[in-house]
Amino acid sequence: MLKRVLPHPVLSITLTFVWLALVNKITLGNLILGGALGMIVPLVTAPYWPDRPTLRNPLMAAEYILVVLWDIVVANVQVAMIILFKRNDAIHSKWVTIPLDLTSAEAITVLAGTITMTPGTVSVTLSADGSNLLVHCLHTDDPEAVRDQIKARYERRLMEVFQ
Amino acid sequence: MIADILITFFLVVSGVFGLVGSFGLIKLRDTMQRVHAPTKATTLGVGGVLIASMLYFLLIKGSFSFHELLITLFLLLTAPITANFIAKTFIAVHLRARDLPETGGEYGWAVYDDPPTRPDAE
Repeated sequence: MLKRVLPHPVLSITLTFVWLALVNKITLGNLILGGALGMIVPLVTAPYWPDRPTLRNPLMAAEYILVVLWDIVVANVQVAMIILFKRNDAIHSKWVTIPLDLTSAEAITVLAGTITMTPGTVSVTLSADGSNLLVHCLHTDDPEAVRDQIKARYERRLMEVFQ
Repeated sequence: MIADILITFFLVVSGVFGLVGSFGLIKLRDTMQRVHAPTKATTLGVGGVLIASMLYFLLIKGSFSFHELLITLFLLLTAPITANFIAKTFIAVHLRARDLPETGGEYGWAVYDDPPTRPDAE
């Protein structure tokens, strides 16, 4: 019964909080409206997430978010340095292929988004069967090291969070 | 006083990074390199303004605003997707499969190759 009304409790709670933050004022009316949105939206969007993964390890998810936020700051400084102080012909851009151990679509989406936001890399496309990720690296002389770092730093943590 | 200095600091940092990000768009040579500039340098640029705005309302106006947190959240969600779309469009139009490295698997990159058919797809 509960599963029918609230198919995705985490999404419901998130939506309610986002609504309250949007109106920026906590009143009973807003709480009811937010709660209603939190119930209706998951019901309507249910067809879009057929076999969603469960969050196995919320603590690891929190650690992941902190690591990524820190890396975004580092990435910004690194890319700014490359833009400002490297001559154009000294910038060695490379394609890097990353074999994926993750299988769930949601986890791969998070990984691809993270790669785009962090040091000098943009994720471009998946292989047709979803087992490899193509990444463009702004400046590197050692593509293997980039691949190993992404696998060790992000994918390992995501494996623990999602599967 | 300290609040003013702190807010100013974040505004200056964000201004510098925004400028560098935009400069990168002019300076770098090809589209794939240019995608890097707005996805990174600009994140910290916008982030700095948002932190400054939050501090301003918190320390000087004495009220707390959630809106900046939401902008950060939406920005972090949308920036990678935009970059991914631009990159995908670029390789679909300007590159061929032989310009890219091998996938290392049976199937090619999704832009050029069809996905395997699922057994239940009949």
